[in-house]
Amino acid sequence: MQADKLIPHLFRSEYSKIVSVLCRHYGLEQVEQAEDIASETFLSAAQSWALNGVPENPTAWLYTVAKNKTKNYLRRNNLFENKIAPELKKALEAIDEPGIDLSPENINDSQLQMMFALCHPTISVDAQISLSLRILCGFGIEEIADAFLTNKETINKRLFRAKEKLREEKIRVEMPGASEIEQRLAAVLRTIYLLFSEGYYSLSNDVTLRKDLCFEAMRLCNILVENKTTDLPEVNALLSLMCFHASRFDARMDINGELILYDQQDETLWDQELIARGAWFFHHAAGGDQISKYHLEAGIAWCHTQKTNSKEKWEQILQLYNQLLQLEYSPVAALNRTYALSRAHGKKEAIEEAEKLNLANNHFYFLLLGELYSDMDTAKARQHFEKALALAKTQTDKQTIEKKMDRLMRG
Amino acid sequence: MQKTFNMEEYILIFRHPDGKKVASPEQIQAWMKQTMDWIGGIAAQNKFSSGTGLVFENAKVVSHKSVENIVTDGPFGDIKETIGGFIIVKADSVEEAVGFAKGCPVLQGEGNSVEVRKIARRDGLH
Repeated sequence: MQADKLIPHLFRSEYSKIVSVLCRHYGLEQVEQAEDIASETFLSAAQSWALNGVPENPTAWLYTVAKNKTKNYLRRNNLFENKIAPELKKALEAIDEPGIDLSPENINDSQLQMMFALCHPTISVDAQISLSLRILCGFGIEEIADAFLTNKETINKRLFRAKEKLREEKIRVEMPGASEIEQRLAAVLRTIYLLFSEGYYSLSNDVTLRKDLCFEAMRLCNILVENKTTDLPEVNALLSLMCFHASRFDARMDINGELILYDQQDETLWDQELIARGAWFFHHAAGGDQISKYHLEAGIAWCHTQKTNSKEKWEQILQLYNQLLQLEYSPVAALNRTYALSRAHGKKEAIEEAEKLNLANNHFYFLLLGELYSDMDTAKARQHFEKALALAKTQTDKQTIEKKMDRLMRG
Repeated sequence: MQKTFNMEEYILIFRHPDGKKVASPEQIQAWMKQTMDWIGGIAAQNKFSSGTGLVFENAKVVSHKSVENIVTDGPFGDIKETIGGFIIVKADSVEEAVGFAKGCPVLQGEGNSVEVRKIARRDGLH
């Protein structure tokens, strides 16, 4: 691979490893310095590899340079030297051999602990996601801004405040204690889930970026699954859910980045390998005595990997939504449940239930009603689609609704 | 936005005249499904709080001390009806809660009823 292609690729995976290891060693209050060292490492790589060619083992090269840059940083850091001036000799030894361990085991542990640190409950959820994207996934500020449909300043400010908070709260890069782990893991899983959803449902037009977000979320979840303490049923359920969803990534978007609805998808584009991996993790999610929302959502996502339209399938989906809504209400789940109801019990019953939903500000609500009325009452269907169109905010959503209206009028 | 403020909680208690009646597994399964759909419909309106079925097996009744056998297997014998389960819903008014109760599949059984009661708030007034 050419240097100019290899570097961005390595940046995505190695930046986060270097930062995580350095933060584990020197503490999270040094996160900005750690980020600087990692960034400078890649800058050196860009300069040196363009001139001298890509080294035989690029990753090892990066680690060596990162270690050297850390040593240099420690040497010129007055504060550090003043602090340990009385023990200068010992300190100089420490600088020569700072003991930065870039072995695969330590990298994995560092990233795992970093996940818990960044998803600390004192940090806002938005900030957790931005921090994770930056530090754990090596995303650029501009990419994060794109994913959130905002500008670079907003993201910079958000990251700055979040890092300040990490310092103030003296959050450490370590595993939470056994009594805390369940609760802390819930926050980590939520962030991974949101990260994935950000990619899967993102309004950004950049398809590659969206895919990257999804696969990064899956990579982070995989780190949890590979670690004994965090290889728990709920974690496996989340990973399986993401595999099932991601299997349709190529089928759900056309060349122009326009959404293709489930019914019109070419199922030969569904990634069978990801479906199989999802099934494997789903199987591993079956231990334990608790059904989490990830279990239920994975069950639903599994049903959707089956292209049959049998009544039984929709009945099963309906029951899973019934359970999911009891665990946690969300408008999306309420709408999807009503759609499943229409497929399992018929449109008439679904319309009655839909009208009780009280979601008159939600364009998906009117989209659903329009859909349900489509074969029954064209005028009513049209009214609902028009309301949906008036409420829809993005171009993609508007296009989808217009397509449905077209189809309705053509009969 | 959904109005969730000012909402009261109501318990809907499923009452059966005779807990000894045994239903077939098929009947039980059909009833379970209907109940799940009913609860799902309430949960889809963000009005479900909690709820559970109650197991008849090994049920006991503890009676007033003047009665000789304080603990009886039961419920049922002398007592005219028994409770099969309950759910707690959120509702703006007792009428809304009654509306939910009317859809309860338990009501398909002859003699069954659903009791609707407001949950006391812990504000010292109730």
